[in-house]
Amino acid sequence: MHSHDAPVAHQFDDAGQQQEAVTLGMWLFLAQEILFFGGLFLTYAVYRSLYPEAYAAASHELDITLGGINTAVLITSSLTMAMAVHSAHAGRRKAILGWLVATLALGGAFLGIKAVEYAAKFEHHLFPGPHFQFPDPALAAPARIYYSLYFAMTGMHALHMVIGFGILLWLIWLTARGRITAQRAAPVEMTGLYWHFVDIVWIFLFPLLYLIGRHG
Amino acid sequence: MSSNAAQIRIYLAVFGALLLFTGITIWVAFHDYGPLNTPIAIGIACTKATLVVLYFMHLKDSTKLTKVIAAAGFFWLLILFSLTFADYVARHPVRFPGS
Repeated sequence: MHSHDAPVAHQFDDAGQQQEAVTLGMWLFLAQEILFFGGLFLTYAVYRSLYPEAYAAASHELDITLGGINTAVLITSSLTMAMAVHSAHAGRRKAILGWLVATLALGGAFLGIKAVEYAAKFEHHLFPGPHFQFPDPALAAPARIYYSLYFAMTGMHALHMVIGFGILLWLIWLTARGRITAQRAAPVEMTGLYWHFVDIVWIFLFPLLYLIGRHG
Repeated sequence: MSSNAAQIRIYLAVFGALLLFTGITIWVAFHDYGPLNTPIAIGIACTKATLVVLYFMHLKDSTKLTKVIAAAGFFWLLILFSLTFADYVARHPVRFPGS
């Protein structure tokens, strides 16, 4: 099918084939991202199986309210991102801009809350550096492993958020200049896939880091 | 493809379900289900992830090849976990001095 206003790169037969290739390429990237984060989740799981009490005690030091609010903020940002993609397919520029800015604001709120949490961990000597202290000295060594993983996993997740933040700014610039249309929605759509993936990582991080052994 | 309003209703329903499951997972964490607490938490997280993948990421409407690639990512993750734990369950735990 030929569409004269869809910019198709010369290596593709038509816009449909180009769209399939773009989507497939993005999912290939996300498949390796699954394994990239998978290594961290695996390390988490191995040490949790070895030191369940230390994990539970260390998890109790996290702020469940801030973690819960951040989960809701991120899920809401996924909705606004989905709406941005939806608007892009319809080619409604003002709507795209509005949803992208909303997603950017929610992403910023997530990072701000994360920064508040990190600051509290540093203040309470829970950062696994030279000043690390744990309330129960008997569990200090494995609790330190938990906190190393906490900072590595949430830090790597936050880094993905910061990169997403940059891509959103670029998309807002593209949209404002009229470079995103119904026929050229792929940049918004692919950013959507990335943003939702980062949301999924948090969907696992929240219960695994914040919600261990909270009962009793 | 579904119509405009129908698509937005799907997004809102998924959004509502994700928030509801977040509430459920927090509620469950404060109740004692013995060894089942962690499997329930992981089960809820997997359900939420599936909703995001199928509806927000449109995997439901993607080509078969894209679905295979997405499934392969999770399948390799499964291999990573199975083979590693096959090793670890057969080992003695690492001991820290003095613990």
